[in-house]
Amino acid sequence: MQNRETNTDFEVRSLDTGCINESKLQHQWYHNIKYLIVGLLFGIVFVKAEVISWFRIQEMFRLQSFHMYGIIGSAILVGMLSVFLIKKFNIKTIYGEPIILSPKKFNKGQIYGGLIFGFGWALTGACPGPLFAQIGTGATVIIVTLLSAVAGTWVYGWLREKLPH
Amino acid sequence: MLEFLKQPWPWYISGPLIGLTVPVLLIIGNKSFGISSSLRHICASCIPSNIPFFKYDWKKEVWNLFFVAGIFLGGLIAAHYLSNPEPVKVNPKLVNELAAYGVTHYDNLVPQDLMNWQSLFTLKGFILMVVGGFLVGFGTRYAGGCTSGHAIMGLSNLQWPSLIATICFMIGGFIMANLFLPLILSL
Repeated sequence: MQNRETNTDFEVRSLDTGCINESKLQHQWYHNIKYLIVGLLFGIVFVKAEVISWFRIQEMFRLQSFHMYGIIGSAILVGMLSVFLIKKFNIKTIYGEPIILSPKKFNKGQIYGGLIFGFGWALTGACPGPLFAQIGTGATVIIVTLLSAVAGTWVYGWLREKLPH
Repeated sequence: MLEFLKQPWPWYISGPLIGLTVPVLLIIGNKSFGISSSLRHICASCIPSNIPFFKYDWKKEVWNLFFVAGIFLGGLIAAHYLSNPEPVKVNPKLVNELAAYGVTHYDNLVPQDLMNWQSLFTLKGFILMVVGGFLVGFGTRYAGGCTSGHAIMGLSNLQWPSLIATICFMIGGFIMANLFLPLILSL
């Protein structure tokens, strides 16, 4: 276990000492099917909203269309309202556990990594989620882009101690 | 109904649906929305190589791999049963700019003129797909999240580090798309 001070990655709670957002319940593997279904619906929205289109991403970074800003903006508003309601009414999970959100802590990685991801986003026209959906739509060459992204993640893990955070 | 679904969906329908992923994942299992961590779980499960960053119980996070497998299937289903026969409609200014680089086909969401198996072995294709993919994987993990983990989940929870990350994503994208991409597309 790493301690909280050096853990700069917030998406993986298993590295947090408290594991505060980790469900304590043990489930059979098939409980994960529900995430597959949510992902599936999410993937359909991605395609139908053209969020996974390289062209739409180029429009966004040239301020030539409101489309992507409308999507990201309204998604954030709905997310904010949901989190507010979950906190206000102490909404529990379907298993009866309290929902707990872990705070994010600032480190310089959010600036350096953020800029690097921005460069990659404009080149590939995709963030990690759309890569999976693009492959699904039949763009098989994007498998190479995905493998390269896995390689990028691996190299980050390898160099992590030497990078400024 | 099906005809209606086949049209491109407007932002005010799709954006809120994407936003709903946040409460749905929290309510069905206390999971924080985030996609780029799936890349880390792939590393941890396949090529941990004794690197501390990949030495954790990835099986506890396997829901995330089910989630991205679902996104893949969603792409497959949408492309086969809900696909819109019309090319992607984009701003005419972009069409003009891209035409100068020989990008004229808008039938697929991925630009077939730039991203295909043949172009992979050209310098331009290599930079767009291989270098681009590498920067996406490296950058998202360095930043501790991507558009979903920081821009949507982080901002939904009013986390200011996520706001900084999101602003940096956009700055990076603006710089690349406007300053460097024209040079790369000219290759």
